[in-house]
Parts: sequence; structure tokens; C-alpha cells
Amino acid sequence: MKITINGKDTLIGENPERTIGSLLEELEVPQRLYVTVEQNGDILDRAAYETAPVNEGDVIEFLYFMGGGR
Amino acid sequence: MIRIPQSLYDQMIAHATQGFPLEVCGILGGTGGNVSVMQRMTNTDASHEHFTMDPREQFAVVKDLRAKGLTLLAIYHSHPETPARPSREDIRLALTPDVSHVIISLADRDKPAINSYKINDGNVRLETIEVIV
Repeated sequence: MKITINGKDTLIGENPERTIGSLLEELEVPQRLYVTVEQNGDILDRAAYETAPVNEGDVIEFLYFMGGGR
Repeated sequence: MIRIPQSLYDQMIAHATQGFPLEVCGILGGTGGNVSVMQRMTNTDASHEHFTMDPREQFAVVKDLRAKGLTLLAIYHSHPETPARPSREDIRLALTPDVSHVIISLADRDKPAINSYKINDGNVRLETIEVIV
């Protein structure tokens, strides 16, 4: 199926069990605890990553926490 | 090396100075190491020793850069009281791949210092900033 990830059209295999969390795993995104995900314009709670399904045509953006301190 | 126009270099210092004594933060965008845009970001910590960017602002800026054919080149933040080098927390939280980390120090308020670093997996490398006049 076709989804958009960070602005790029991406083809991934059909998998009705796929969630945002498992997608990040498939994409081998490191440090996933620090990743914020937006799905179709909505920022997801991190707790929802393992249950939010990925659907055909989804527009998914993810980025890392940006912060620091002295 | 990262190349920053003088005007944006000065605007970063102005941002840090105006935000003092709190830390300020922002994003530099451009192409091929050449910075062409600067975006001030909200420090949601509103702290003099920490910064956290608002994810909604982050998404908006990244999408805007992409729409303009630009990429996120650097994350900048100020150190109101400490030198222009990354703290342990800065190093630990340098998670975005392939970006520069620009730090503006106001430890000497009359003479702000700016350094840029590449930070990957805890390894810190100072990089040259070329200021384009």
C-alpha cells in the first residue's frame, strides 16, 4: 500500500496488523522513545503508537525531540 | 562547515540577547551547508538552563522548509551563562541525524560567542562557521 512518510511517497507491503509503532520498527528508526509522530495532521500520543493502525494513503511525519540543557 | 549569512548570524545573537536570561532556540534551514532561513522557535521550558521545542512548531517548520526545497541544516540554542559548547544533556539529546548544533553563548554578554558542532552517537566535532558578508 502507498503512504507518505516525511513528504515521500512510500510503498509498503500490506499488513493489517501494522501500527505506527511497528512501522517505526520496520523503518529501523532508532531512539523511538524520542520520536514524535504526526498522522494525517494529528500529533499522536506516544501511548497510541502501538495501537494506531496505518492505513492506505496515510500521511505520516515523524521527527525527533529537539531540546537540551546546560 | 556551515555557511551563515551575516544578517542571520546577527539575528541569532539578537534572539539570544532578547531572550536573556532564558535559553532561546531555533532552526536554520538551507541547502548544501548554506543557511538561507532562520526560524525562531518557542522554548516550551521557558528556562535559563533547558530548552525544548514545541513539536507542532517543529512539524510546521520542517514542512515549510521542504515546500521551499530546503532542508533543516541546524538547530540553534543559547547558553545564557555557560560557554558555547554542548552540555552533556545537549549531547545526549542530539538525536536528529545530519544536522549541526549551533550554540550561542552569552557568558560574556558584551562579546557573544557562537560555535557549531556535529554530534553523532555522543561524538562531538566542532565545525567551522563561515559567516557570509
